[in-house]
Amino acid sequence: MSARDLAQRLRTRFGDLISEPVEFRGEITVTLADAERVAEVCRFARDELGFDCLLDLTSVDNYGEEPRWTVVYELYGLGHHAHLRLKTHVSEEISELPTVTGVWPAADWHEREVYDMMGIRFRGHPDLRRILMWEGYPYFPLRKDFPLAGRPSEMPGVAFTEAAPLEGGPFVTAPGGRDALEREPRARGPER
Amino acid sequence: MSNSTVFGYDSKIEGDVVVTRLDAALNWFRKNSLWPMPMGLACCAIELMAAGASRYDISRFGSEVMRFSPRQSDVMIVAGTVTYKMALVVRRLYEQMAEPKWVIAMGACASTGGMYRSYAVLQGVDRILPVDIYVAGCPPRPEALLDALLKLQARVQREPVLATLKKSLPPGPPAPALPTPGPAARPEVLQPA
Repeated sequence: MSARDLAQRLRTRFGDLISEPVEFRGEITVTLADAERVAEVCRFARDELGFDCLLDLTSVDNYGEEPRWTVVYELYGLGHHAHLRLKTHVSEEISELPTVTGVWPAADWHEREVYDMMGIRFRGHPDLRRILMWEGYPYFPLRKDFPLAGRPSEMPGVAFTEAAPLEGGPFVTAPGGRDALEREPRARGPER
Repeated sequence: MSNSTVFGYDSKIEGDVVVTRLDAALNWFRKNSLWPMPMGLACCAIELMAAGASRYDISRFGSEVMRFSPRQSDVMIVAGTVTYKMALVVRRLYEQMAEPKWVIAMGACASTGGMYRSYAVLQGVDRILPVDIYVAGCPPRPEALLDALLKLQARVQREPVLATLKKSLPPGPPAPALPTPGPAARPEVLQPA
């Protein structure tokens, strides 16, 4: 049974909640219209469609668009070797959706990472703490409005952060800059 | 006054006596047994392990005793990327090391943050520790680390130990002389009959 057939079965069960399957480079993606029902859809996909493996759970920041967040679930069936991508959208005001840790325990740390990096909360998660940054770090660093250099912060006795020098740092060369060749010598001379 | 006393010991001339300066002798002891605190945080730690293994053999320079305890170490080798999450832990380990102590920043990440210009990485361990030797490379080869160790040894050899020790004593009236313990006070010392 191919991923497209399985996506159609998902559509038969949930109707307009599931979008028409989109194929790109041999991969099938469906979009779930209501993020509140994601756990229910995932449970059906696992129990009835044989998607017994959650490959990945991640998030996208569509900064400047509405809704801002896209949460992406990569499903895989070890029985039928079919791969299905399930996307759902969450608005910034809500920033919350049900957990799927009850469906796949593997979602536990993935959801913690999404929470840590993007600030999207998963309702019903057994242990929703930060996983990479420390408790008390005030920002969500994978958001598009967070600068790559970081922002200064201070948690006495735990950790501190400073903004990293990007422009003008010791290894940064501006293309075409006056000292570009001196800073970054090339094996071959520039074309003249 | 120069601290670079040259050691010459000829047993035929000097018998059982070695004449040198106390500074030089203390430094000689110190520099040939610099025990590393291996602060292996990333891929540089692999090269640090290679430096300890038989091909490069850091024990040729007296530094084979990698102590995973700061209490028994002399030189902290920061080998790898120091994240902000780890930074205060590194500093605490450094503070737990007994004096005298030195720091080698091994590789680009420990020296400057390296390629990690980001919110999560400390931009050089010298922001939290006094670094003695920086080693370039990503990661540096074991030879580079051994060269850094030799440079650190040369530096240790030049240190004015006694002058530093005198300076570090607190100012004030001289401490009263300790009472000389009699034979009764030292019962563990065997007295000749």
